[in-house]
Amino acid sequence: MIEAPDLDYAALAPLLFLFGAACIGVLVEAFARREVRHPVQLAVALVGTVGGFLSAILLASTRELSGDGADVTAGDALAVDGAGIFLQATIAGLGALSILLFAERALDPARSSFVAAAAVPAGSPRDRELLTSERVQTEVYPLATFALGGMMLFVAANDLLVMFVALEVLSLPLYLMCGLARRRRLLSQEAAVKYFLLGAFASAFFLYGLALVYGATGSVRLSAVQEAVTDGGGDTLLVLGLALLIVGLMFKASVAPFHTWTPDVYQGAPTPVTAFMAACTKVAAFGAILRLLYVGFGTDEWTWRPLIYGIAIVSMIVGAVLGLTQTDLKRMLAYSSIAHAGFLLTGVLGFDATGDSPGLSATMFYLLVYGLTTIGAFAVLTMIRDGDGEATHLSSWAGLAQRSPVIAAVMTLFLLALAGIPLTSGFTGKFAVFRAAIDDGAWPLVVVALLTSAVAAFFYLRVVVLMYFSEPAPDGPTVGVPGLPTTIVLAVTAAATLVLGVVPGSVLDLAGQAANLVG
Amino acid sequence: MTLAHYLVLAAMLFTIGAVGVLVRRNAIVVFMCVELMLNSVNLTLVTFARATGTVDGQIMAFFVMVVAAAEVVVGLAIIMSIYRTRRSASVDDANLLKY
Repeated sequence: MIEAPDLDYAALAPLLFLFGAACIGVLVEAFARREVRHPVQLAVALVGTVGGFLSAILLASTRELSGDGADVTAGDALAVDGAGIFLQATIAGLGALSILLFAERALDPARSSFVAAAAVPAGSPRDRELLTSERVQTEVYPLATFALGGMMLFVAANDLLVMFVALEVLSLPLYLMCGLARRRRLLSQEAAVKYFLLGAFASAFFLYGLALVYGATGSVRLSAVQEAVTDGGGDTLLVLGLALLIVGLMFKASVAPFHTWTPDVYQGAPTPVTAFMAACTKVAAFGAILRLLYVGFGTDEWTWRPLIYGIAIVSMIVGAVLGLTQTDLKRMLAYSSIAHAGFLLTGVLGFDATGDSPGLSATMFYLLVYGLTTIGAFAVLTMIRDGDGEATHLSSWAGLAQRSPVIAAVMTLFLLALAGIPLTSGFTGKFAVFRAAIDDGAWPLVVVALLTSAVAAFFYLRVVVLMYFSEPAPDGPTVGVPGLPTTIVLAVTAAATLVLGVVPGSVLDLAGQAANLVG
Repeated sequence: MTLAHYLVLAAMLFTIGAVGVLVRRNAIVVFMCVELMLNSVNLTLVTFARATGTVDGQIMAFFVMVVAAAEVVVGLAIIMSIYRTRRSASVDDANLLKY
C-alpha cells in the first residue's frame, strides 16, 4: 500500500494558479471561437500570473518562513521557504509583465508580434497572405503560462528529479515560443531549432549528473544528498555528478562557456519572448543553482567554489568583450545578459556555511532588478520599427532623442541601470553582490567584475551617445505609439528601476528576510 | 557480468551520443543522439537502483521516458517546420544568425 503524500495546498497555491491557468488556456484554445480567443486567453493568463504573484505574497506575509518555519511539502519534493517564495513571486510578477508585452496590438500593423499560423511554411503564398491579415496567434499564452509554472516549480524543487521535470516543463514551451515570430520567420525558426537541440543536449547532461548523484548517495532528495556529502565529501561519483548538474543549469542561465545559443536565440525569437526568456528564465535558473549548491552541496563548498569562480570570470569577460563588437541591439543585450550572469555568480560565491549567507539575499535582489530592467529595455526595442518590423540595428537608433525624447530618456535609464550607474537599480544590485563576494574573501573576483563592468559600460553608453548626439537618418525608423499593455510595462519597469536605485532599503530588507533555504 | 559493466556500457553510450550531437549535421540525427544520451541515463539509473537496492531509480527511468516522449513531440514539430521551409534538415544550412 502506497501512502498518498501530504499536500499543503496553501503553499502550492502559486503553482496551482499558473498550471490551472495553463490548462484552462489549452481548453480555451480548443473550444472558444476565434474572435473571442485573444481577450479570453489574455485574461486567463493574467489571472494566473497575477494570482500566482499575490498568493505567493500572501503566503509570505501570513506564514513564518524563516528559521524553523521553512518546511517541505508533497512528500518532501517541494520546499516552502523564504527564498523559494521570493523567487516564485519574482517570476510570477515578471511573467505578468511579459504577458502584457505579448498582448500589445497597437505597434505592429498586423496587430501582433506572433505568427498567425505557425504551421504554414515561411514564405509560401498562404504565409504572405496571413502576414497582413489581422488574425492573431493565441497559443503563446498557454505556452508562456506552462513555462512560468515550470520555472516556479524549478526554484522550489527540493528533489533533483522534480528539478529535472520542472526544467523540461519550462524549456519545452520556450523552444516553441522562440519559433513564433511574425516577421523574419526563418530567423525565428532557426533560433528555435538551435535552442531546442542545444537545450536537449544540456538537459541530457543534467540528467546524467542526476543519475550519478543517485548512484553515489542512493537518493536524489537534496537533504539526503547533503547528508551523503557531509559524510563522504569528495567521492568521485558525487563530484562528477555535481559537475554535470552544474553544466545543465549553467546552460539555462546562459553563463559562458555554455552561452553559445544565447545571442542567436535572443536575436531570432520574437522580442516579447526574448524579454520573457531574459528575465524569467534567468531567475529560475539561478534559483535552482542557489538551491543545488547551498542546500545539496553546501557542506562541501570547496568542491564547487573554484569551478564557479572560474566560470564567473569567463562569463563576465566573454559577455563584456564580445558585447563591444555587436551592431544589433538584441544581440548586444544578449551579451549583456551573459555578462550579468557572471555578476550573479559573483553573488552566488558569497556563501558562508556557518552563518547567514549574504550571497543569497544579494543574488535574489539582483535577479529582481535585472529582470525588471531587461523587460523594460526589450519593451523599448519593440517600439522602434521600420517597414520590415523592428529596427534593431544600432544605426537605426541614431538621433532617436530628437524624434522621441521620452522614449530615448526611458531607454537611457534602462541602459544606465544595466551598466550599473549610481541612482539606478543596477548599481544597488551590483553593490549588493560585490559586497557579498568581498565578505567572503573573493575580492580578486570583484576586481575582475569591476573592470568588466567598465568595459560593458562602454557599449551601453555608446547607444546613449548615438541616441542623443547624432543626426537621425532621413529614412530612419519610426517610433511606434504603444498601446496600453506596453505603456504599463514601461511605466512599471522604469519606476522600479529608478525607485530601487534611489530608495532600495525596503526591498533589500525583504530579500534579506526571505534569504533562507530549507535543508 | 557485474553491475560495473552496465555502468561502463551506459557511459560509452552517453559518450557516443554526446560526440554524435557535436559532429553530425542532420538535425534529426543530432536529435537521435540526444535520445541515445537519455536512454544511456536510463540504463545507469536502473543499474544504480539494483546496486543500492532501492526502486527509486527504476521509477525515475519512467519519468525520463515520459519527458523524452514530450521532447520528441516538440522537437520534431520544430525540425519539421524548418524543413518545410528550407527542404533541408542540415544544421549547417541554418546559418542566418551569426556574430
